[in-house]
Amino acid sequence: MTAVEAGAAATTQVGIRPRGAGRRERWQRRLPLLPALIYIIVVTQIPFVVTLWYSFQSYFWDVPGGAHFNALSNYRLVFTDAVFRGSLLRSVIMTAISVILAMILGVAFALLLDRKFFGRGVVRTLIITPFLVMPAAASLVWRDPMLDPNFGLLNYLLEPFGVHHVAWLSSHALGSVIVVMIWQWTPFMTLIVLAGLQSQPSDTLEAAKVDGAGALATFRELTLPHLRPYIELGILLGSIYLVNAFDAVRLMTNGGPGTSTTNLPFFLYQKVNYAFDVGGAAAAGVVTVILTIIVATFALRMFARVFQFEEGGV
Amino acid sequence: MRSSPFRLRALAAAGLVAAVALAACSSGSTASNNSKTGTVTVAVVSNPLITSQMVPLTRSVFEKQNPGITVKFATYTEGDLRAAIERDVSTHSNAFNVIMIGPYETPLFAKNGWLDNLSTQFIAKDPSYGASDLLPPIAKALSYKGSLYSVPFYGESSMMFYRKDMFAKAGLTMPAHPTWAQIQGFAAKLNQPGKVAGICLRGLAGWGDNMAALDTVVNTFGGEWFNQQWQPQLTSPAFTAATNFYVNLVRRYGESGASNDSFNQLLTLYGQGKCAMWYDATVAATSIAGSFPSVFNQTGYAFAPVNLTKSSGWLWSWALGVPQGTSNQGAAWKFVSWATSKGYEQLVGAKYGWAAVPPGTRTSLYHNPAYLSKASAFAPITLASIDSTDPLHPTLHPVPYVGIQYVDIPQFETLGLQVAQQIAGAIAGTESVTQALKTSQSAAAAYTPAQLSAG
Repeated sequence: MTAVEAGAAATTQVGIRPRGAGRRERWQRRLPLLPALIYIIVVTQIPFVVTLWYSFQSYFWDVPGGAHFNALSNYRLVFTDAVFRGSLLRSVIMTAISVILAMILGVAFALLLDRKFFGRGVVRTLIITPFLVMPAAASLVWRDPMLDPNFGLLNYLLEPFGVHHVAWLSSHALGSVIVVMIWQWTPFMTLIVLAGLQSQPSDTLEAAKVDGAGALATFRELTLPHLRPYIELGILLGSIYLVNAFDAVRLMTNGGPGTSTTNLPFFLYQKVNYAFDVGGAAAAGVVTVILTIIVATFALRMFARVFQFEEGGV
Repeated sequence: MRSSPFRLRALAAAGLVAAVALAACSSGSTASNNSKTGTVTVAVVSNPLITSQMVPLTRSVFEKQNPGITVKFATYTEGDLRAAIERDVSTHSNAFNVIMIGPYETPLFAKNGWLDNLSTQFIAKDPSYGASDLLPPIAKALSYKGSLYSVPFYGESSMMFYRKDMFAKAGLTMPAHPTWAQIQGFAAKLNQPGKVAGICLRGLAGWGDNMAALDTVVNTFGGEWFNQQWQPQLTSPAFTAATNFYVNLVRRYGESGASNDSFNQLLTLYGQGKCAMWYDATVAATSIAGSFPSVFNQTGYAFAPVNLTKSSGWLWSWALGVPQGTSNQGAAWKFVSWATSKGYEQLVGAKYGWAAVPPGTRTSLYHNPAYLSKASAFAPITLASIDSTDPLHPTLHPVPYVGIQYVDIPQFETLGLQVAQQIAGAIAGTESVTQALKTSQSAAAAYTPAQLSAG
């Protein structure tokens, strides 16, 4: 998106900023932006610089004497820490699986909801509900009434099928957390794809029908290409949110058993809140930010290209 | 692109905003220090004796008797409580006027100068408090250099709870001092998968959760965290045998989903009749009596099971301390002394029944006929268990550290959790015991003996 903005700015720059405009005039333009700029610097850049500073310090809350400089040893520990590498990998796996499956389900639900049927309004509202439940509340409902090995609803329902007292959050912890994430994000994907479906011009669909195209061919050749930007948007937004998923991990499994559901946000939380290792957590945070920037730059570039292509195509 | 005056001015403006924000944060710490009125914020652990007794009694009695004092409770689970308190006292944020800590934290915090010396600052001027009445092992565990730095709300050791009806039906007899081998035999006979677990054990990751129970097993198997040279011993034959024993016991005959269970979850399971045996804190007897009367009538008690040592129970107390430098200290002590007083025991006895009184703090409670008439089933064994603990000599061989189910060094907060996570993984079956202990050993080996002994 930055690429798009930069491109747009480059083409119109001459128009809005005449060369040799007075200093005073430039300041008149800048002044209204200044509060926002200062605000952004105070709430994002200053904390980041402080984090950077802490990442070179040995600072444990439970060790008196405060912080002292220890050069790169926090970073060395981050890169040699198997738990950090595991969390990184798990973050990627959790995000990828839940976003992709939520999108597949989202497309399916959207196609169904796009049809006219009795009670469509009620069904749509019901399908959206999981997205409206507070993530913390949803996690707790899943943890106790649904998945509890001794009192849970799921085991009760599965008992006739020969499933006995499965401890979902112990033996299938990662899968359970991912299922809850999918459950929560499918409605979001459904909404976005549904918006796309409803903006599909009906005349092309009719033309396809007249030409004798089957439902599957129509979907593959017309609907899917039309939905592509919507699907990409859904995947992008979903990934941004789910890579930061914390509620479900913290409340359902507390990162465990062992470290089998520890993702990056939970790893950082634990490093500060249970290990009291401010320096180590800061170093891990800085590494995470750098990795995120690299991934985001590639992703945004890719999406920028996609959107430009779509605009050009229309 | 930008001219330098702009940059300077922007920096100045940002600096100004930051300064104002900092000033706003730091104000408010100048409130009067010894005021006997005001708001007292108390950080407490969420378990039944606190949430269903201390909190309502504070509202209905303490605040009525002390109109100038408002008590606010911040309730946490054990792991979260430690994190919240450690953050608060070490950074001197002073959000809590009273903190709930135990024998692990009290000496460490006192050494760091984070706690008020309760003996000299308050108890000396308050003879009615009766500090000499506190049970000696508990008082000793909450002291640093001979002064109390926290006072006990309740005290506990660990013991075995069992269902007399299930034992009778299976034709089994529980000895007063069982061995772990006997317990395993009972568990195998009593286990009915899906209905009743042979034995309920803690599996939740946390040094105060699964490790508390496991450490007592390790001790009685002759294992230790560190040898006399502060070298970690987590892969020693004794530690390995104990861990294998515990993990196999809970995986074979334990409750399902054990890696998510600690005291509160197990109390519910036991109270619902889903456990034939339960190894946990002695204080559970009080909660069973209060919340599950029918199960209480069928419950028998035995000392913590042993293997190579004579006794193996842990020693813990949830105690109240006052962080140094906080406001309203007079009011804070008023609350602390009320909640840990003999008078509080009377209040609970009158309102919730004598069996529900917080146990394990005062000698006088164990001479109180009203208490003994209701709690006769578990009061003597609780007292005897607490008396038989020795945090200085927790295991078979001499060790350089203090603590039965913990190692009283600052690093243990982190190390204990790392090991606890590995053990929880082994209990859940995501890794083997050997692998879990190998990872734990290398986590412990990350500290040098010099660092550890300095703690």
